[in-house]
Amino acid sequence: MKSLGILLTVFAFCSTAQSLPIVVGSKRFTESYVLGEIAKTALQNAGFTVEHKQGMGGTIILWQALVAGEIALYPEYTGTIGEEILKTKQRLNTDEIRALLREKGVGMTGELGFDNTYALVMERDRADKQGIHKISDLREHPELNVGLTHEFLDRQDGWAPLSARYGLQMRNVRGIDHALGYAALRNGSIDVKDAYSTDARIAENNLILLDDDLHFFPQYKAVFLYRLGTDPRAVTALEKLAGTLDTTRMTRLNAEAERTKNYALAAALYFGQKPEPVAGQLAGKIGRWIWQHLQLVGASLLLAIIVGIPLGIRASRPGPISDFILSTTGVIQTIPSLALLALLVPLPFFGIGPVTAIFALFLYSLLPIVRNTATGLQDIATPVRESAAALGLEPQAQLWKVFLPLASRTILAGVKTSAIINVGTATLAALIGVGGLGEPIISGLNLNDYSTILQGAIPAAVLALLVQFFFDGLERVFIPKGLRLKQ
Amino acid sequence: MIELKSVSKSFGASIALHETDLCLDAGKTTALIGPSGCGKSTLLRLIVGLLEPTTGTIKIEGQIVSASVILSLRRRIGYVIQEGGLFAHLTAAQNVLLMAKHLKRPPGEMHTRLRELCELTHFPENALTRYPVELSGGQRQRVSLMRALMLQPSVLLLDEPLGALDPMVRTRLQDDLKEIFQSLQQTTLLVTHDMAEAGFLASRIVLLNEGRVVQSGTLDDLRTRPASDFVRDFLHAQRGLAEV
Ligand SMILES: Nc1ncnc2c1ncn2[C@@H]1O[C@H](COP(=O)(O)OP(=O)(O)O)[C@@H](O)[C@H]1O
Ligand SMILES: [Mg+2]
Repeated sequence: MKSLGILLTVFAFCSTAQSLPIVVGSKRFTESYVLGEIAKTALQNAGFTVEHKQGMGGTIILWQALVAGEIALYPEYTGTIGEEILKTKQRLNTDEIRALLREKGVGMTGELGFDNTYALVMERDRADKQGIHKISDLREHPELNVGLTHEFLDRQDGWAPLSARYGLQMRNVRGIDHALGYAALRNGSIDVKDAYSTDARIAENNLILLDDDLHFFPQYKAVFLYRLGTDPRAVTALEKLAGTLDTTRMTRLNAEAERTKNYALAAALYFGQKPEPVAGQLAGKIGRWIWQHLQLVGASLLLAIIVGIPLGIRASRPGPISDFILSTTGVIQTIPSLALLALLVPLPFFGIGPVTAIFALFLYSLLPIVRNTATGLQDIATPVRESAAALGLEPQAQLWKVFLPLASRTILAGVKTSAIINVGTATLAALIGVGGLGEPIISGLNLNDYSTILQGAIPAAVLALLVQFFFDGLERVFIPKGLRLKQ
Repeated sequence: MIELKSVSKSFGASIALHETDLCLDAGKTTALIGPSGCGKSTLLRLIVGLLEPTTGTIKIEGQIVSASVILSLRRRIGYVIQEGGLFAHLTAAQNVLLMAKHLKRPPGEMHTRLRELCELTHFPENALTRYPVELSGGQRQRVSLMRALMLQPSVLLLDEPLGALDPMVRTRLQDDLKEIFQSLQQTTLLVTHDMAEAGFLASRIVLLNEGRVVQSGTLDDLRTRPASDFVRDFLHAQRGLAEV
């Protein structure tokens, strides 16, 4: 965070001291990042200083930033311009769009060459066998299983109007995660799913796009939008990009970008420059992931111990407060981790980053620690409890000198459970860009690449085992000898 | 001296101890006896402040048992319970020394006292480093007794200290206890359900039934002048080997 702040300050300094950089914006998904990088390189090659603000948000945010002059240009799609920016129901052609944008002080380059629209996909073999090539062919096959992303199911221009338009009577339609949907297609649990036409996995998984023969989906041709005040030489450099990116090429760049998480590298590929060698060997990468993973687990577990043990001590006494503590930590455990992340990310202090990941992991680590601490203390026999009190020890001293040591085995078992669960759950941190062993797992899942998944899954499993050994060792340190002896 | 004035204890609707007046002589051993569930342990817990009386007050050496003085009072009371209540994570020596260490007593003094106690309770010194699980039942009770005696209390409360021991060990410990009581001259209250043990160890016996004191006096008083049929029945129920 600090380095980001310094970076921004440096940028701010540069922008006043030297010639103003051209600011390129992009939306928050791979293809937009890549197009942003391509524009950046093209402009740099034309001699400009360029800054790329990556992944600023959705259409509205980018559009407003453009109109406000915060950014000079960003990649956009014609369908989106019509629907979300110009807000018209008509199908406009490129010239009509360009004229309407001009009135708002915005220019549009020529089409880059590909159309990134929604599409329905099927496995090539299965589609061929059943003679399905276009969406209207699905009318004859209401028995096929359709698995759609939740977004597509819910969208105004999604599944419901599509089936109405084509008169489809599909009997089995359900929501499924986008990445998992590809696996479901492969193992045959679904037959049809939705996709973006430039999705790298269409080619990889040998899928075919069903022809939109009734032209239901609007065209989403990629272009750059720029402020009309932009340096004409810069506009010329951008216009040179028009017509140079067909679907196959864009798909390949997207795949490369997702595989390497290096958008500049994908852009370099476009310009035919030699891609820089991928940073570090596999071992180095895995080492880095493990280190990030351990940091996440360590920080959240430490926090959970610091908070959980006192909570558990409090919860060991009967009463409504204890019931509240135990049921609350229990309920937290039932919140699906994705939902918890989704709930935390929009909150002021959290957002995308390690704080959110650590906090979420901390919440999940609480239950075993709190519950085991409470149970361990409650299980101390009454005679022992009474003896400690009758000696004249203060309540605090009873706790520290007698009760906590006696409950140490149970408490440590709770911490161990938390740690092991934590090692598994921490893989989800990659969803909010914090890295760790989830990074290869999630990108492998997105790319349907099992070897990448294993690069994360195997070290995570080994780590869980090591954590277990580590805690077995800790038992020898933390559990008093008298409790480890057999009768 | 321990004085109970109109002390009673109820748990919700059930009365464990009816209003009781009782006075335990300083330096003497009193046995509290009665069938199980009659309120013996409750009475001990009230004295050591583990329970608060529903009515009445308890005075120990003139001081009323209350929250503000309970810690200092407890440090002058030795409390031994059935099964010992030893702390499993501490060795025998650590159990005995726990409170003295907590009060930061000089180590030399503590260890001298520890050796004295081993002698007094006939506990082998080489077993001091063992953990409770490594000790026999009788040894555990001796450690528990040492722990209670460590700070030289003026009051000793024992709740069926020999209840869980086999007869041979029990007899030996009875002898040892008698010796200890005689040499230390503390105000002692011993709970038992064995009339012979009570007669052997105590100068006075208090017989309790269903939360009330039925009779108190020497064993002879109880035998020759039983206050009620219950006293007579209770004495009869204690079968000696001679009758078998
Ligand atoms: N904490 C408690 N809550 C409710 N009832 C209790 C509690 N402690 C003791 N009693 C009841 O009080 C009565 C006397 O118990 P106690 O003093 O333990 O008897 P004993 O003479 O066998 O030591 C019993 O009926 C017992 O069930
Ligand atoms: Mg009892």
